[in-house]
Amino acid sequence: MATEELLEIGDRIVALAQGDEQVEVVVGRSTSTEVRVYEGDVEQLASATSAGIGVRVISGNRQGFAYAGSLDADVLADTLAEARDNATFATPDEWLGLAEPDGVAVPSLDLYREGLGAVSTEAKIDLAVALEKAVKAADRRITGIDAADYADDVSEGAVVTTTGIRAPSRETSCYVSVSCVAQDGDDTQTGFGFSVGRLPDELDIEVAAADASRRATRLLGATQPRSGRTTVVLDPYVTAQFLGIIGSTLSGEAVLKGRSLFADRLGEEVAAAAFTLVDDATNPLAYSSSETDGEGLASRRNVLIDAGRLNMFVHNAYTARRSGTTSTANAVRGFSSTPAVGCRALSLAPGTKLQPELLADVGEGVLISSVSGLHSGVNPVSGDFSTGAEGLRIGGGTLGEPLREFTIASTLQRMLADVAAVGADLEWLPMRAAGVSLVVHDVTLSGS
Amino acid sequence: MIEEALVSRVLGAALQTGGDFAEVFVEDKRSSSGRLDDGKIEELGSGRDRGAGIRVVVGETTGFAHTADLSEPGLLAAAEAASAAARGGGGGVRTVELTRADTTSQPVGSRPEEVAKATKVALLQRADEVARSQGGAIKQVSASYGDSRRRILVANSEGLLASDDQTRTLFVVGVVASGDTGMQTGRRSIGHTMGFELFDRYQVEDLAREAAEQALTKLRARPAPSGALPVVIGKGGGGVLFHEACGHGLEADHIQKNVSVFAGRVGQLVASPLVTIVDDGTIANEWGTFAIDDEGTPAQRNVLIEDGVLTDYMWDHLRAAKEGRPRSGNGRRQSYKHLPMVRMTNTVLANGDTDPADIVADTPNGVYVAHLGGGQVNTATGDFVFGMTEAYLIEDGKITEPLREGNLIGNGPKVLEMIDAVGNDFEMGPPGTCGKDGQGVPVGDGVPTLRVTSLTVGGTAA
Repeated sequence: MATEELLEIGDRIVALAQGDEQVEVVVGRSTSTEVRVYEGDVEQLASATSAGIGVRVISGNRQGFAYAGSLDADVLADTLAEARDNATFATPDEWLGLAEPDGVAVPSLDLYREGLGAVSTEAKIDLAVALEKAVKAADRRITGIDAADYADDVSEGAVVTTTGIRAPSRETSCYVSVSCVAQDGDDTQTGFGFSVGRLPDELDIEVAAADASRRATRLLGATQPRSGRTTVVLDPYVTAQFLGIIGSTLSGEAVLKGRSLFADRLGEEVAAAAFTLVDDATNPLAYSSSETDGEGLASRRNVLIDAGRLNMFVHNAYTARRSGTTSTANAVRGFSSTPAVGCRALSLAPGTKLQPELLADVGEGVLISSVSGLHSGVNPVSGDFSTGAEGLRIGGGTLGEPLREFTIASTLQRMLADVAAVGADLEWLPMRAAGVSLVVHDVTLSGS
Repeated sequence: MIEEALVSRVLGAALQTGGDFAEVFVEDKRSSSGRLDDGKIEELGSGRDRGAGIRVVVGETTGFAHTADLSEPGLLAAAEAASAAARGGGGGVRTVELTRADTTSQPVGSRPEEVAKATKVALLQRADEVARSQGGAIKQVSASYGDSRRRILVANSEGLLASDDQTRTLFVVGVVASGDTGMQTGRRSIGHTMGFELFDRYQVEDLAREAAEQALTKLRARPAPSGALPVVIGKGGGGVLFHEACGHGLEADHIQKNVSVFAGRVGQLVASPLVTIVDDGTIANEWGTFAIDDEGTPAQRNVLIEDGVLTDYMWDHLRAAKEGRPRSGNGRRQSYKHLPMVRMTNTVLANGDTDPADIVADTPNGVYVAHLGGGQVNTATGDFVFGMTEAYLIEDGKITEPLREGNLIGNGPKVLEMIDAVGNDFEMGPPGTCGKDGQGVPVGDGVPTLRVTSLTVGGTAA
């Protein structure tokens, strides 16, 4: 079996450890197919296998790292030598050390499907063609399809260490995605849709097409709203992006290094009571679920914020040791980097109401259907939050006219406290968080 | 990197089932990095990425495959995969005669791979010391160093054979300051297509001091205003405005699919007559500079908008071939694992003739943005945002209180028309990474001081 091969590569390098050295090897290999269709024909078809290795060496409390995008024998030896040499320049740090087996059982998540290899390229192309066609047919105002894609990936990996970790991983994934343009008179809007799964037969072309068409057409005729304070309802996709930012403030590394808003708030109320935030990569429904973390420890369920109370931070082996606690299996990395700390599969405990009921409760406000500039207008250290937004007016408890070219702003601290309700419409999205409708009071909307 | 005869054989194999065009792109990239955080040299890293990407174009279809195996069997297997993906209809063996193009890579004064690691570590430590010495409110400092040497070779069925040797060096300092109002951050970065002589041109101590000052200044910041206001953008760091407001919309792939507000507008007035925008991959040593793009086309200086009139779009091989026109040196890719597409290089707004001090003095009230963060645009609607990481109020023609961070939002075509002042103090900004369709490439930008009569400022103050 191929994954066994990767473990053996790890074993061979780990066996070369000398003296007090700790050595960690991360090996990854993936085979992917990507199809892009345009006007019924294949525009691009790419297929490739890539592999690589990362080696971390800790010696005399110093850490060094090197990676290479190849598994050739000469490259493997060079990579270990480079990592060793790099270690000699690092500052000694008594808390450094690889993860050690902690007795937590590795969950069996069934993330690999044998069948993907048997799916023909033609069948994959057909999915993208069908998606393009379905979007065009969905609404007469859809005037163009920018890209209709199918992609899949079979990836396998291994983490092997001198401390006794020997963790294989293997998974398949595939998706279809589409972005489209809708026009009505002089007005142009865009929308996107997607569907993800582990095998092509799990993909839902109709849902992806309907989402793209709805996102594009419902914004036609949008105007810029007037500035003011308002209640917003975040669409599930927007909430998932918001949760990603909240998750980054709960990193044990950010806490240790004085970059977390919540460093001194453990055990305190940091959010409204409706807000329970869980990070759980053992949930097989999560797109980012996996059996082990980036250091080879078993994934586990962590409740970060419990009914508004800050319950815990997330850690990798280093930040846990330095904080006097144990790893929460939140090491995140690829083979080309050392393990950082990050949330892996965030979700909010869902409420009881679907979006229409939430809108009815809100009465007056704005539904935020998408945001832009999350990387440029949100500062997770200061908590300042400001993003570009599009959406629909909520009036009399129902959706009204479309709105564009405005921003919503607050601070992360205030938004958490101002959460009024969490929807019942939890959906897992192709990111490290699940989406759900979220009602937030008292946000500043800037427009004309 | 690989011998010419082998490249020729691989191109022949790529075309064996027919095809209008085939290309071999070989890349060998070595990188080294160092990171200081929390007072410690946390890590030195080294990386090696080497491989080839092969594409075959048949009609409207592109087949692509890549491999990390540069042996003859490895390359031939990738060529066959690309050819099969393009689904050519017959053809037979073709021989490709290659002609090596003359190219001159950016000069490198001091090869980073020959500089002792201890010297790189010392830079990080000096930055840490200087930033921390700026005051007790400085609570945390991180600094990172990176260099990369990327050698590429491009050969195609038109007989082109060209290569480039690209060395880039980067240094970044990040600071956290803490005060009564909470924490604030400061950040400065420098990066050029050059070697270790970067540190003869710039002192890391200056970067560290400026990053610390930015964080300390922001401790006094008040919430940014909310709503439409005149916005003055300072020299250097404001280039991302044009990158987002019109740069992406002038990429020929968006034009050909009619998902750009600038489609069909060549020859028309699309901006204030004060606006001349150039994308220039030839500016010596800039972050987005190279000798050849990732399709082997020499870097060029391309005027996109001249005195407000749209003159041309940016082109790669595929889109230029479709129009039967020359490429513009804008075909770029993140690595051998990616297909090239139309990308910017260094995008700049040309100097105007107004004294920058007069631009501020002529603004009764508004916002002065000294440093921008990143941005994002929807090319089909033209709506774009960009972040302000250091900004101030303008009151009675004077720069006054610092403002907290936020995004500004505008519409590209509208904003271009609303530029009513352009200064004479052009400067390049910090190095950037432009993301498009999942690929990141190094880009530069630069502007003189300029004013937009109205942008929506996304703050929280009434």
